[in-house]
Order: sequence, then structure tokens, then C-alpha cells
Amino acid sequence: MRWGVVTFPGSNDDHDALYVVDHVLGEDAVSLWHKDRDLKGVDCVILPGGFSYGDYLRCGAMARFSPIMESVVEFAHAGGLVLGICNGFQVLCEAGLLPGALIRNRGLQFVCTRVHVRLEETETPFTCRCTRGEILTIPIKHGEGCYIADAVTLDRLENNHQVVLRYVDTSGRATAEANPNGSLNNIAGIVNEQRNVFGLMPHPEHATEKLLGGEDGLKLFQSLVAAHGEGAQRRVAALAPGH
Amino acid sequence: MRARVYIMPKKDVLDPQGKAIEHSLHALGYTEARDVHLGKYVDLNLEGVDRQAAERRTDEMCRKLLANGVIEDYRFEIEE
Repeated sequence: MRWGVVTFPGSNDDHDALYVVDHVLGEDAVSLWHKDRDLKGVDCVILPGGFSYGDYLRCGAMARFSPIMESVVEFAHAGGLVLGICNGFQVLCEAGLLPGALIRNRGLQFVCTRVHVRLEETETPFTCRCTRGEILTIPIKHGEGCYIADAVTLDRLENNHQVVLRYVDTSGRATAEANPNGSLNNIAGIVNEQRNVFGLMPHPEHATEKLLGGEDGLKLFQSLVAAHGEGAQRRVAALAPGH
Repeated sequence: MRARVYIMPKKDVLDPQGKAIEHSLHALGYTEARDVHLGKYVDLNLEGVDRQAAERRTDEMCRKLLANGVIEDYRFEIEE
């Protein structure tokens, strides 16, 4: 599986994502530059964490108009897999690939800590190797991670099972205390309706090795590899026999 | 032509910065301060366009980039 990681000016987790794909997963990783339009034939695009364009105007607002994003939007509309982590999630919302917006944390503080998130949906390529209801421990580090959307959008997200991760306490309850940023319904990550675009505030790429304090984030990357493999098998099966 | 663009959080959107400012004002004794909201002000010159075009294009700029319709409202003034 071939993975592409976009670097915007101000991205700072791009190399962490490349490292996970290359060194931890052992898959093919390529770097994608914000000024390019060529996605280099990748199967999955990662929009990494960081502070693209210095978070000027609004987080993700400028990155949305970079040349590479035109290709990413086209790729997503064609069913390509797109994973937006932290700033990447903000970019996906600004680009209209995901509904809602991420605003300043309710407590106004930048939060840098490990959180517990409950895995709500396994019917996505990003979580197919996870178990529904399992609690993952993954780091967060953001100042603008409060997810909001209007009531109609929020209902639609819940009814369509698009909320993939929710902040919870150690026993799995989505309480106000377990919510680090004031996100509505304790939302930590959502997919689009087609389920090929996933945005989340926690950093799974920073939880892929025991040395870094945990491996829970690896499950998301492994799910993508598995989903991609199954997709390839389905495509081969669809061709045979007679081809 | 000159455009002055004012961008404010929507009424029903949580505005933690506005809330914090309001608390601070109260702490300073300005207890009459209510409904404090923090927004953005963008000031720009528009060259070679008439008033009608300036209004149309500033509105476009707001919708495309300057404001995020999910969380913000905007208004602007055009001055010659």
C-alpha cells in the first residue's frame, strides 16, 4: 500500500506520520508538497498535524487553498482514503470534506495530554481492525480542538454513525470531565458519509510504539492496510472469471 | 475603494474568548458589561474596481476565505 503525507508550511507531524508508515508498518511512504498537484499514485493521503500557514486567519483556512488540496479533494470525491490528524482534521473541515468546524478549546488552554477515546464505529476502513466499544489511549496536543456543528448536522452525524471516536473516562463514559476541549457530544473524530475521509484530533501516529508510551494508535493504520488489501481482493474477484 | 470587514462568531456558537473577557471586565468592576464577543476586523484596499464590483467581490472574499459560514457571520463597509 502506498501512502502520501502532505507537508504544508508549518506542518510538524508530517515526518512522524512518514516514520510510522515506513518504519512501523513497513509500507511505502511518499512525501507530498503543498505546491504540487501530483498525488504520486498513493492509496491513502494523510494530512498531518501542525500549524499550517501559522494557523493564520483560522486553523486550516489557508491550507485549504493550496494546490495539493485541489487534488486531495478530487481524490476524496473519487473514493480515495484521506486521514486528517489534528491540523489535518481542521483542514478537512475548512475544505468542506467533513462537516462542522473546530474552534478554540472551551478552557482556552492548549491541551497536551493522553486521552481515552471510545471506538464507536468499526464499519470504516480506518477502524475495521478495531472492536466496537474498545477504549484507546492516544495523545492530544491542540488549542483549537472543540468540535462544533449545528443541531441538524450533529443529528445527521449521530444517526448515520459517522462519529468514530468519542472522549471518555477510563470506564468508557462520555462525561464532561473526560472532554478535554468542549467538543459537542464529546466528539474526537468523524468520517464523511461515504466513510472514506476521517478526521480526528488525537494523534494515532504518536501512539504506535511501546517506547512512546502506547501502541493503540497503530490499530487505525493497520485497519487501513487491511481495508486496502480487502479492497484489492474484491477488485480482483470482480474481474474473474472471463477476464 | 476600501473595504472594512467585520467577522464575528455566530450567536449560537460557543465563544470562550468572549466569555473570558467578560469575566475579566467584571473582575475589574465593569459589571455592566454583557454579551462580550471577540471577532476579527479585516481592512483592505481594492484597486481598479467600482463600488458595485467592490461589494460583490468583497462578499465573495468573505464567503470563500475571510469567514467560515459554519461558525462566523460577517458584514462589511465599502468606502471610496
